[in-house]
Amino acid sequence: MGPVLAGVLQLLALVAALALAYVPLGSYLAKVYSSDRHWRVEKWIYKGIGADPDTEMRWPAYLRGVLAFSVAGVLFLYLLQRLQGVLPGSLGFSSIDPDQAFNTAVSFVTNTNWQSYYGEQAMGHVVQTAGLAVQNFVSAAVGIAVAVALVRGFARSRTGELGNFWADLVRGVVRVLVPLAAVAAVVLVACGAIQNFSGIHEVGQFLDGHSMGGSQQWNGGAVASQEAIKELGTNGGGYFNANSAHPFENPTPFSNLFEIFLILVIPFALTRTFGLMVGSVKQGYAILATMGTIWLGFTALMMWTEFAHHGPAFEIAGGAYEGKEVRFGVGASSIFATSTTLTSTGAVDSFHSSFTGLGGGIALLGMMLGEIAPGGTGSGLYGMLIMAVIAVFIAGLMVGRTPEYLGKKIGTREIKLAACYILVTPALVLVFTAFAMALPTPANSMTNSGAHGFSEILYAYTSASNNNGSAFAGLNADTQWFNTTLGLCMLLGRFVPMVFVLALAGSLAEQKPVPATAGTLRTEKPLFTGLLVGAILIITGLTYFPALALGPLAEGLA
Amino acid sequence: MTTRTTRREKPEDSMSTATPTRAPHSDVPTGHKPAQGRVGAGLFDPKQLVKSLPDAFRKLDPRVMVKSPVMFVVWIGSVLTTVFSFEDPGDWFGWVISAWLWLTVVFANLAEAVAEGRGKAQADTLRKAKTDTVARRLLENGSEERVLGTDLRIGDLVVCEAGDVIPGDGDVVEGVASVDESAITGESAPVIRESGGDRSAVTGGTKVLSDRIVIKITTKPGETFIDRMINLVEGAARQKTPNEIALNILLASLTIVFLLACATLPPLADYAGTHLTMVVLVALLVCLIPTTIGALLSAIGIAGMDRLVQRNVLAMSGRAVEAAGDVSTLLLDKTGTITLGNRQAAEFVPVGGTTEAEVADAAQLSSLADETPEGRSVVVLAKEKYGLRERHRGELVGVEWIAFTAQTRMSGVDVDGRKVRKGAAGSVIAWVERQGGTVAEDADRIADRISEAGGTPLLVAVDDEQGARVLGVIHLKDVVKDGMRERFEELRRMGIKTVMITGDNPLTAKAIADEAGVDDFLAEATPEDKMALIKREQAGGKLVAMTGDGTNDAPALAQADVGVAMNTGTSAAKEAGNMVDLDSNPTKLIEIVEIGKQLLITRGALTTFSIANDVAKYFAIIPALFAAVHPGLDKLNVMGLSSPDSAILSAVIFNALIIIALVPLSLKGVRYRPVSADRMLRRNLTIYGLGGLIAPFIGIKLIDLLISLIPGIG
Repeated sequence: MGPVLAGVLQLLALVAALALAYVPLGSYLAKVYSSDRHWRVEKWIYKGIGADPDTEMRWPAYLRGVLAFSVAGVLFLYLLQRLQGVLPGSLGFSSIDPDQAFNTAVSFVTNTNWQSYYGEQAMGHVVQTAGLAVQNFVSAAVGIAVAVALVRGFARSRTGELGNFWADLVRGVVRVLVPLAAVAAVVLVACGAIQNFSGIHEVGQFLDGHSMGGSQQWNGGAVASQEAIKELGTNGGGYFNANSAHPFENPTPFSNLFEIFLILVIPFALTRTFGLMVGSVKQGYAILATMGTIWLGFTALMMWTEFAHHGPAFEIAGGAYEGKEVRFGVGASSIFATSTTLTSTGAVDSFHSSFTGLGGGIALLGMMLGEIAPGGTGSGLYGMLIMAVIAVFIAGLMVGRTPEYLGKKIGTREIKLAACYILVTPALVLVFTAFAMALPTPANSMTNSGAHGFSEILYAYTSASNNNGSAFAGLNADTQWFNTTLGLCMLLGRFVPMVFVLALAGSLAEQKPVPATAGTLRTEKPLFTGLLVGAILIITGLTYFPALALGPLAEGLA
Repeated sequence: MTTRTTRREKPEDSMSTATPTRAPHSDVPTGHKPAQGRVGAGLFDPKQLVKSLPDAFRKLDPRVMVKSPVMFVVWIGSVLTTVFSFEDPGDWFGWVISAWLWLTVVFANLAEAVAEGRGKAQADTLRKAKTDTVARRLLENGSEERVLGTDLRIGDLVVCEAGDVIPGDGDVVEGVASVDESAITGESAPVIRESGGDRSAVTGGTKVLSDRIVIKITTKPGETFIDRMINLVEGAARQKTPNEIALNILLASLTIVFLLACATLPPLADYAGTHLTMVVLVALLVCLIPTTIGALLSAIGIAGMDRLVQRNVLAMSGRAVEAAGDVSTLLLDKTGTITLGNRQAAEFVPVGGTTEAEVADAAQLSSLADETPEGRSVVVLAKEKYGLRERHRGELVGVEWIAFTAQTRMSGVDVDGRKVRKGAAGSVIAWVERQGGTVAEDADRIADRISEAGGTPLLVAVDDEQGARVLGVIHLKDVVKDGMRERFEELRRMGIKTVMITGDNPLTAKAIADEAGVDDFLAEATPEDKMALIKREQAGGKLVAMTGDGTNDAPALAQADVGVAMNTGTSAAKEAGNMVDLDSNPTKLIEIVEIGKQLLITRGALTTFSIANDVAKYFAIIPALFAAVHPGLDKLNVMGLSSPDSAILSAVIFNALIIIALVPLSLKGVRYRPVSADRMLRRNLTIYGLGGLIAPFIGIKLIDLLISLIPGIG
């Protein structure tokens, strides 16, 4: 079996698995967020944090919940890292420097998981499990909660109430993420991922069975459980620096495919949840089709550019193998790369910097689209719905009515909020990239020169602002400048858009519904899906075209 | 310029039937046939462009420019490039780019000026009607004093006699007069205005032709109908509509995005090893921001209002025009809108032993003296269906004609001792009994049957040697206007529900509703019923449009999202509605909806076009800027443009010219056909989305070919 065929078969298997999980998981999620019963363990949690899960919140209250919880998360994680040196169970690692601790705390709370540290050389068991792993669960749950709040905004009428943040958060963790992650962790252990609390092992270095004389360190750790939620919650922060390319995190081609499945399963299934909650599964299918089209298109392009790249080395190897694990091959690495950058995951099983020029550009563009196809847990859905609102506004006018989406009018207030949303990340990416290029020191962090060097910096700010977290390996990001500015990008890129999303949700929930007639734009039809894909590619693509031209395009077309 | 309908008003509404029909529109012949009532292309004369040039330059004032955020950015860019060109006066490129950027701004202003210019002509005509008048104010003691029209206050009573110009808007409180309203409606035939009822409103600036009336002034000077009209058509009172504001916000945010993309480019370019000049950056920015729609947005709005004015409809706010596009329920009065004003004879039904031909003959004979439309229709039916030649009254000698009157409700003829009568059932039965005859049982039965089917029965009776008896029954029924069924079918495809409003009983109403093909009807409708219906529809999230003219329509007109008051209506109705139809033609509601839709479609289509254009401009400019340092980027030069300078210039020129090229479209509006949203979207997306993607590739290439012929550039 040729490598291309193998890649295509893996892609088909992945699509089949996602299709199988779609209906049950999507329906289950809808039930979780619509139910009015509380589990016993949830009641204990509510009592513990002093929250009343039955109070309906208007959008400012919901937002206050999101922000308060996240600020507390950042502070806790920051302190934990700063105190690591005195905590037990830290494998003897010292405390983290303030700028890196800030960067890492923000990174995990914002679901970004940008890592400017080497996991196995900096973070002990306590920080990994009590700090980072906890945020892997709750940051994903916060994302889903905000998405569900927006969906409720569409579904509800003549009320400003969006549900209860604490209930949504706790349910997301207790009913969805913990059980799924537990099952996934067991599967990963079965594949060979490690799960222990052992210390650091000194082992010899071998090549082809012969000792090379030197020695290396191997860490133990609760890796499989961390790995499961890392993918499932579209977090992406690896236990080890090599992330999912590390054999302890991702041992086999099957575990690799399984991890890609975990990355995509919740973001895709949420479209069904959305459809069910707004009372039309077809509307969910239209969003699913939009996400699926972009994801498939990007994956196919990525495979094409990685397989078909010209040059003697590539032709002998059968593709662009540099930076890719031989275990996985070019096909599976391409699928992983597009899946991780089109979601807010940022886990990598291969090194994006080593992809072909155009391949690197595809990974970059995936993030630049706002990570909405299918996007992060929750953030993908709300990002896509914002784009749908913009597309409906422009195209809706062309059917001769004030634009409306899901029975809600897209008026001045709605378009103002949606327009602000789409401004945030381009502003962060472009302004910070420009400053980094204009100032004398940041460029010292580049490993490469020329267009590829520029791509490293563009990639870093794109990844941070969109809460992806993957890196164009090569950039030395552990400097005060990068720790601080990337930290700011992650914070602003996560929470400013959430403000607009929740405000939009509140505004939609207050409206009375407009009944659909033959004169209404049909947003569940393929035509609309095509339109939405076009709007996303043109509006966000055009924003970054000049920057892309100077980086990956200049390199890829050379 | 405009299509006028001819309107005749008769002092009295003549009825030959017992059933009262709602009168006001009963004799409005519709000037437009329904099928012609399409939103047609407005007129566009290229000469208007030249005429509006001075105005376009006047609008370069930054205080005016700032109202349009996108074009204001272009304006600032033009100032910047001009300043930088002065610093480097030897650089022809900077000067040419500056010139084209200024042209871009001027073209945008020109579009707006042309749109406004079309209203100005109309305003001038109106101003002529607004000459200073001297009013005869009635004092409490019954004497009159002469005051200036501008000194009148609300509540003043003024006297107008034949030849006087009415000094202000008001209601007739005493008397009846014929009034020449041509100054406002353009219609030369005089109309009747009388105290009480639904025809009491008079408008300042119109002229009394006969008789004497006393008017109670209802508006302050300066706020009269004519003043408001002038403001409206001149665009002085124009406020941005909600959808226009929303679109402006989106365009502003896109402008900011592209501003960021351009402003952050210099350090990136410096790193790549090329320096971008301010002129080039501004050129890139102007090409990327949505200038096409930004330039035409206000012209589209003004032109939308103007299209209404051309159809003799005055919208009191742009909001109402937009709402018209969103309407999903239309309330239509039956009489005059759905049916012709009068009922017409449809069949002759014999009773007793008579034949149809006998009934037809008697009916025709007895109707010759009935000049009402119903009476005429009997004669017409007899001719068409039974081949009875119309006899003229002069042909018969020694006859006595009994003309129709509202009191007797009968008409007929006495000839050779034979008396023939035709009229309302009750009157004819009474007449037969008075003549000593009997009424056949089946006459009653047939009359009832016709009533139940929604028609009106008229009896035909004769008194001759065989005695007085009923010969048969004439079936009068409402006649649905030609093409209404198709019209409602179209509306249904557009997703608009039609509700017929009638004072008829439910049975009659249902019969007509079925025949006309409306979706629903409201029978025996009172103003309260109407109001309740509107509120019910609105509670379901629907937008409702209706027409009305009476004072009792006023609350419903105010409640409806689009309330079109007839110009013949009371001032209360005109106050309450948000549009006034000067032709008083209720069928026009459908056109108003189409114009509202067309306005929104035009905006959406040009926005899509504008954004889609950017793709080609990138392919022109990016290789031009960077191919020197990154040779691979020359592969993006898919158009094969001759040189970097020419590529940038071509993109800027295309960007400017496309504005002028689209001015006619923005004024006329995108062609609108009543089809479903799906088909409409597919069509417009193909033309303006796909077209917008492809057109600039061709346009920029053509301009580049021309430019490359100029020595020293190509």
